[in-house]
Amino acid sequence: MDRVVVHLHAVVSLLGRFPALAGVDLDVAAGEVVLVQGPNGAGKTTLLRACAGLVPIVDGEAVVLGHDVRRDRRSVRRHVALLGHASGLYEDLTVADNLRFVARATRAPGGASVQDTLDRLGLGGRLSGVQVGRLSAGQRRRVAVAALLLRRADLWLLDEPHAGLDAEGRERLDDLVRQTAAAGTTVLLASHELERARPLASRVVAMAGGQIRAEASAGVVGVA
Amino acid sequence: MRSETGTRVLGTLAVAALAVLAVMALVVTPPDVNQQDAVRLFYIHVPLATVMYVAFGITALASVLYLLPRTRARKWDLLAGASAEIGVVFTGLTLLTGSIWGRTTWGVWWTWDARLTTTALLFVLFLGYLALRRTTGDTDARAKRNAIAALAVSIDLPIVHKSVEWWRTLHQKSSLLDEETFLHPHIHGSMYWTAMLGIGAFVLLFAWLLIHRYRLALLADRVEDQGLERAIAERRAEVLTGAR
Amino acid sequence: MWHDAAVMAGKDLRIELRSRVATNQVAPFALLVLVLFAFALDPDRGVLARAAAGLFWVAVLFCALLAIQRAFAVEATDGARDNLRLSGLDPAAIFLGKAGAIAAELGVLEVLLGAGVVVLYNRALHGPALLVVTCVLATIGLAAAGTLYGALAAGLRVRETLLPLLLLPVVAPVLLAATRASEAALGGSPGDGWPWVRLLGVFAVIYVAFGVVAFGPLLEESS
Repeated sequence: MDRVVVHLHAVVSLLGRFPALAGVDLDVAAGEVVLVQGPNGAGKTTLLRACAGLVPIVDGEAVVLGHDVRRDRRSVRRHVALLGHASGLYEDLTVADNLRFVARATRAPGGASVQDTLDRLGLGGRLSGVQVGRLSAGQRRRVAVAALLLRRADLWLLDEPHAGLDAEGRERLDDLVRQTAAAGTTVLLASHELERARPLASRVVAMAGGQIRAEASAGVVGVA
Repeated sequence: MRSETGTRVLGTLAVAALAVLAVMALVVTPPDVNQQDAVRLFYIHVPLATVMYVAFGITALASVLYLLPRTRARKWDLLAGASAEIGVVFTGLTLLTGSIWGRTTWGVWWTWDARLTTTALLFVLFLGYLALRRTTGDTDARAKRNAIAALAVSIDLPIVHKSVEWWRTLHQKSSLLDEETFLHPHIHGSMYWTAMLGIGAFVLLFAWLLIHRYRLALLADRVEDQGLERAIAERRAEVLTGAR
Repeated sequence: MWHDAAVMAGKDLRIELRSRVATNQVAPFALLVLVLFAFALDPDRGVLARAAAGLFWVAVLFCALLAIQRAFAVEATDGARDNLRLSGLDPAAIFLGKAGAIAAELGVLEVLLGAGVVVLYNRALHGPALLVVTCVLATIGLAAAGTLYGALAAGLRVRETLLPLLLLPVVAPVLLAATRASEAALGGSPGDGWPWVRLLGVFAVIYVAFGVVAFGPLLEESS
């Protein structure tokens, strides 16, 4: 139907000398929510990081949001939002400080949206003035998600987003994903937990050994 | 292999040149008017210092070649490292011979002579570079870091030189003029040619050492590099064997 | 780019505001160094007063090491480097911002140390113009070279021991020139000092330029 947001063909990516991605083929259209499912070590994290332009691609074609990621990794970074294992937040800064930095660095429109985002994730009020180092893992995740929202990206890359969240946190995140997908954002989601993540996805692909092995709509998935 | 014969010839030439140098330096040339026999150290001190600069120059050049996208190749990183290693050894020897020289002519193990001080600083600078090289991490990342570090040090050298030289000449009193003559005697005739021969001999020695060290590094690197094709095949087969 | 640099510097300074490491740890350390020098060099024999300029700059170097280690320790959090890369901030701006924040902190520490030298070593200040220019240029050079080497050593397990070994020899000319210029100012013959200031200027320009160019590749290098 619409434009292709992610186009990967025979993509090979090395971590040191190890081929984390050994020939990945994947096409994602705008507005889709694609779940990349697979065991640990399959290469899901590297796949997401490659789409974010963080890891070098040594072979194949890789076009993300219209940018040739193989030739110029830096071009796409500003336009994607990555939720990784680590939050990368500054421990000494408060929640609000961290988000303001993200807003200023990414040139998102100013003060008002930081406050809105805080409120939307239940971080407004007292929590916003707490140093991130003092927060629980779940709370930090929420701050990371807030940072994600602030970037106003067209492509979301979520790496095991449910990890470390309690039931309420997970529901909140799922709602957020649904809302943002409904608004037209494309979402690429990696998880090794099929049952939890499947309801969110419009499409599921299975990954193993550095390659995408099987495709299915959000129904039964078999590994090749 | 042709290159092996080449290096063997080089090695033989180096040994021969060093032998001639030894004869010239120890027997044939006369003792200096001021320093007597101590001046003979000069015939290895100066070549050592010269080769030191050659070595670090090669490190800097190889680093530039690594960083330029058109000439990027891991061998330049290996060459830079090999050259710096040998360079550091020669620097240490330069300091040692300079110190012995000072001891025999002046009775002190160290003079804060501009050149000796600069050499000491260079020694530490490149020791730091070598320490950085030994850190762990992704090879390409390391190579880039090494190259940038080598250049960061190299751009400092002219400043170090100038500042130390200035510093020491500002303390110019009559004694320093004597120091100048002691450490940089006027040479002529056979002494001059011996010094030149010394430089030539040590350059040959350096070249021979460098080639061998560089080859060692290349081989070690090749051993690590199993070949991308095989690694990819193994990676893809993970799902079948369930291995990881 | 200047906006980005300001954002980066602002972030680093805000971290200092929240954690107060420079005020609570580095500043006392600076004064402690001055006191230790007094223990080492007998204050009664006038050595301290004569060597005041040199001791000041050595103390500044020690503080610089701490400030730089701290500046990169905050970026060592898991994922912080990724975030910086994803932020879209120009790497040159990141360099300038970080160096700028370090320079600002060092500037404040230098004022403190200067006061310390006047009080503890009984050395009056003269030649303020020369002193100020010396401090400004030396600080810029130290911050630039320090940020560059901090980035080189960042993320390495041996960072704490490697950074001093890498950085101190490189900034030795700064120590040399700044001390000579300061001595000239304090000794009442500033004419001797200005040539050294030129050297400080050259050092600062070279390392700022190199840092701006080299920071992009350095930021990229890891996974």
